[in-house]
Amino acid sequence: MQALDPRLDTLPKLLLHNAAALGSRPAMRHKDLGIWQTWTWAQMLEEIRAFSIGLAELGLKRGDKFTIIGSNRPRLYWAMCAGQALGAVPVPVYADAVADEMAYVLAHAEVTLGVVEDQEQVDKVISVSDRVPQLRQVIYDEPRGLKDYDHSRLIAFTDVQAIGRKKLASDPAILAQWEAGIAAGKGGDLSVILYTSGTTGRSKGVMLTFANTIISALNANAFDRLDQNEEVIAYLPLAWVGDYIFSYVQSYTAGYCVNCPETAETVLQDRREIGTTYAFAPPRVYENLLTLTMVRMADAGALKRKMFDFFIAFARRWGEKILDGEKVPAGVRLLYGIGDLLVYGPLKNQFGLTRIRVAYTAGEAIGPEIFRFYRSIGMNLKQLYGQTEASVYVTAQPDHEIHPETVGKPSTDVEIKIADSGEVLFRSPGVFTGYYKEPERTAEVLTPEGWVRTGDAGFLDPKTGQLRIIDRAKDVGRLKDGTLFAPKYIENKLKFYPNIREAVAIGAGRDCVCAMINIDLTAVGSWAERNNVVYASYQELAGNARVYDMIARHIDEVNRSLSEEEIMAGAQIRRFLILHKELDADDGELTRTQKLRRGHINERYAPLVEAFYNGATEAQIATEVTFEDGHKGVIAARVMIRDMKPYPVPAAKMGRAA
Amino acid sequence: MRAPSAHEAGSGEVLLAVEDVSLSFGGVRALTGVSFDIRKREIRAIIGPNGAGKTSMLNVVNGFYQPDSGRITFKGQVRKSMRPYAAAYGGIARTFQNLALFRGMTTLDNILAGRALKMHRGFFWQLLRYGPALQEEVEHRRRVEEIIDFLEIAAIRKIPVGRLPYGLQKRVELGRALAMEPDLLLLDEPMAGMNLEEKEDMSRFIIDVNQQYGTTIALIEHDMGVVMDLSDRVVVLDYGRKIADATPDEVKRDKNVIRAYLGEPHGVSV
Repeated sequence: MQALDPRLDTLPKLLLHNAAALGSRPAMRHKDLGIWQTWTWAQMLEEIRAFSIGLAELGLKRGDKFTIIGSNRPRLYWAMCAGQALGAVPVPVYADAVADEMAYVLAHAEVTLGVVEDQEQVDKVISVSDRVPQLRQVIYDEPRGLKDYDHSRLIAFTDVQAIGRKKLASDPAILAQWEAGIAAGKGGDLSVILYTSGTTGRSKGVMLTFANTIISALNANAFDRLDQNEEVIAYLPLAWVGDYIFSYVQSYTAGYCVNCPETAETVLQDRREIGTTYAFAPPRVYENLLTLTMVRMADAGALKRKMFDFFIAFARRWGEKILDGEKVPAGVRLLYGIGDLLVYGPLKNQFGLTRIRVAYTAGEAIGPEIFRFYRSIGMNLKQLYGQTEASVYVTAQPDHEIHPETVGKPSTDVEIKIADSGEVLFRSPGVFTGYYKEPERTAEVLTPEGWVRTGDAGFLDPKTGQLRIIDRAKDVGRLKDGTLFAPKYIENKLKFYPNIREAVAIGAGRDCVCAMINIDLTAVGSWAERNNVVYASYQELAGNARVYDMIARHIDEVNRSLSEEEIMAGAQIRRFLILHKELDADDGELTRTQKLRRGHINERYAPLVEAFYNGATEAQIATEVTFEDGHKGVIAARVMIRDMKPYPVPAAKMGRAA
Repeated sequence: MRAPSAHEAGSGEVLLAVEDVSLSFGGVRALTGVSFDIRKREIRAIIGPNGAGKTSMLNVVNGFYQPDSGRITFKGQVRKSMRPYAAAYGGIARTFQNLALFRGMTTLDNILAGRALKMHRGFFWQLLRYGPALQEEVEHRRRVEEIIDFLEIAAIRKIPVGRLPYGLQKRVELGRALAMEPDLLLLDEPMAGMNLEEKEDMSRFIIDVNQQYGTTIALIEHDMGVVMDLSDRVVVLDYGRKIADATPDEVKRDKNVIRAYLGEPHGVSV
């Protein structure tokens, strides 16, 4: 547990401290005009101080809210600290937010001043300004294109700094006054409001104090032994809690350098040039990197491709063991060394990950294959589970205790408990103080004892002691006999097979679990070609008995893996069918982001669901479909239903189901 | 779209004037007695149907072609014809209808090539890359980097242009022309072959160049929407003759222009 030093309990205090203690070490870099510009802690203090005093001259005062909009640029980070030094509260907003969303957040937070990146953001703020009556002034970083704008409420970042510097030069008392303002700040003060882009309903403003974020950051630094020698690249949205903690609070507490990329498109090259040691990215980033590599390898010469395939397969077998420090034969170590020279090293260099010590993936589930790939080539990739309401850290995986299916052990100072409903609750010093101006919604999430409901269902894995997240809590149900039923968890296991494109698990309030499957036309089609299976349409292929056999084998494997998991063992798939048509957003079966709409699917396929539970071996179904040109038709089919034999549930564990 | 600019359409000082220019290739008359002017800081469009003589006109302006008669006044100097070299030295830069980049060279090197006329140290100095030569190179590189930043092409700085998509190559070519810091920029169909998004990007860059650097621009373009949005004044050519010269709104309503584009009615009434 880290104790919070009362002399260093706010970010502006940490800035003053770092400028004195680490004065000549780099605090921030930004690639501008093709060259990395560096600011030391002392220089950064000077920049922030000038801007902060300029803000005070413009009328920003304690308790005011101000917004930050734009990409990862040093001045926008400075603006956060400059405002906090005056006791004002930054409210960063996603730069790609649509005007309506932006208007709502700015008005709800009662923002009086904005610090934005460029013309695009100025235009956006101006377009909603009539809905944000408190907004008095907008400050911009990049002057391009703004010359002819009405400057009555608009001012350049450098001009604000000039005001500050002039004041500093003309008024000898101002420096002491500014520093006294910082000293008056306390750890318990509201430091930032981060609006969560909720998937449902309006976004909520999560209020975090200095103490919340600083203790979380100190714990995280200690957990991964981060110090002033780390290099990170700031490229995730400013308004996301991950970036706030990782590129701002952790940097101020550990003293490491934050690098801002030249543009959003150059991040990969910039990362290579910097050689980051600590990284944080959603699974999508890792997926894209891997896809890019695979596509390029497909274009490479035969020799290179063979070498790549051989060493990657070898790494898959041994790489993780070597990374986790297990004992392996000397020959393996030698060959791995050669592989590192020929393939893994150059690959990591291409990714800009040569110097990486710790990399995290978070935000959503990462495919186990992708996760293992990076670990096998020697990158210490770990998972963490976090929330804005927790100042990020809820659980994280310690080095050498990595499992693709878990999200780690409770972070330092974090307590976890699982509610009877299966929902994960946590309590920690990082827990937020509430949603801004929304006590009712706060009460829904934050209990009087300080526990936060995550909305996710999960359990503590008895083998590893780590948390596993299985599904959104609202989707988790129970079978008639009380067995826990987590549809997405089962579906994800099924979709792991390339032949299965989409799966719908049914079972809440029923006797057993049944599944409707969509085959993947590309994967199964190519299998059919190789196995002389003739088909004319998706429907025909879906009804093929040999395809059913193949899918049955996959489901059997899923059942076996379910049977090995204590709380899931009762939820094995008893019956399945392959749908006669692909689930489609045009028919309202999926959302536009390709998520299942369960209620609607249950309604549309009611005859099939009924057949699942009345023992029929086939069912007649007619569904209306919308074709791409908009006209509607009806597809009718007889769909076969297969029974599956479940694996025995370990007897000792049966009783726990209820 | 366009923010109101500080200058009124066509009210500035004349930068370039073409008077009574004619040009023929053998028996083919490409231009016949064309006169118009380009004023400082304006965006001037030259439009017309295929084969109207638009590109010939640009080629006369920057000295690729020698007109048979007429005269050209550029920055107050009267000439019978321009020489390409003199035009470039005098501050006229251009881009081409079909790209003319060094395909094997990177974006950076291509734009740096646009600085060639501004390099003052000799070949051997540059080989030495020491003292004043180095200083000069650093300065040129800084200007090139500003252009790269301006055109938002940092991500392709070190990529050979031959590997870039067409829209980006067009942008690099514009960058190379800008590297000359021209007083007059001639753009020959800057949007040809682009999709809508690329066109919008390019339009924005043209406006920004005009407003921020104060560069005078003459452009040939087929996309009428683009022409009407961008330009202050439009000159219309047809079969080598000037048939209209006015603001975009006036040109849109001009009977001669409509006839040139839609054809003559041959006694057929609809």
